[in-house]
Amino acid sequence: MHELSIAASIVESVTESASAYPGARVKEVRLRVGALASIVEDSLQFCWGLATEGSPLAGATLAINMLPVIVHCDACGVDTEIAGVQSFRCPRCGELAADLRQGRELEIESIELEEPDAALPDPVEEQV
Amino acid sequence: MTTRIVELRRGILKKNDELAAGLRNRFTSAGVLVLNLVSSPGTGKTAFLERTLRELRARGAKAAALVGDLETDNDARRLAASGAPVRQINTHGICHLDAEMIARHLEGWEGVSLEGLNYLFIENVGNLVCPSSYDLGERIRVVLLSVTEGEDKPLKYPGLFNSADAAVITKIDIAEPCGFDRELALHNINEIRPGIRIFETSAKTGAGMDAWLDYLAEQARPS
Repeated sequence: MHELSIAASIVESVTESASAYPGARVKEVRLRVGALASIVEDSLQFCWGLATEGSPLAGATLAINMLPVIVHCDACGVDTEIAGVQSFRCPRCGELAADLRQGRELEIESIELEEPDAALPDPVEEQV
Repeated sequence: MTTRIVELRRGILKKNDELAAGLRNRFTSAGVLVLNLVSSPGTGKTAFLERTLRELRARGAKAAALVGDLETDNDARRLAASGAPVRQINTHGICHLDAEMIARHLEGWEGVSLEGLNYLFIENVGNLVCPSSYDLGERIRVVLLSVTEGEDKPLKYPGLFNSADAAVITKIDIAEPCGFDRELALHNINEIRPGIRIFETSAKTGAGMDAWLDYLAEQARPS
């Protein structure tokens, strides 16, 4: 339900970062999203289309890398990935593991830019 | 055309997170304990908060509340009956509160200064999904679950339950007619958030309120 707000935040943040590369077009935005981030992938993709429409990011694709939950087990002393998000137990020993090491991420990992070759005129102007 | 990859490694909600961190600093230096109450619509957040405010007042503590809803100031008016200062935040369709809304509603709040408060409660919009990503600068996030909602709620909304610092079960006075399986509910909460403090309460009868108020007092004590 809040994916539109999230998409709008991504557009704002990426537009700002991309402005450091005049003439470049953003081709792809890559995200890292934890399984506990309360993000529905399909919904975010849908909202991405809406949020980028008419913006400098129009046409850019969104690549979402969904990350599983990793917990740290005090008893075993190791970090282990757990299957799903229904039970926070160490898969090795079965003990409850409250120490979360991955799963809440909601970040922009990188952006892919397409830049005109120096000698060529800037093709971006018309689209802006 | 040349392709360039620019590493950003930046939180999507960085602006909110920064604003929330600033609020948290303000709250800490003012010595006020801030709690963010989150639940589904209809869990009884307002009734629970109303009773909490009333009992805190009786104990001589100073508490205030910011209350979020899409529309209406009904909840603020209900809570104001407790005698505590209450301010409504209308989000007009937005499904969660964010740090900017909190900062804006702290400004010009007549008769309220953070320094004069022991507790500030933020009643979030009734929603178990969206509020989980938005830090409001609170020190304690409280998730509420009523006996009428089904014991598997924590399993259905792990993102929020896992982010909570305390859990409150509400309406325990009607647990029996609702066929509420207490053991199962406690088990499920613990599976999603191992070791979390759980309070079983009734805003109607007052059951469990003492344990909750003691917990608040304990958390408010400067460490």
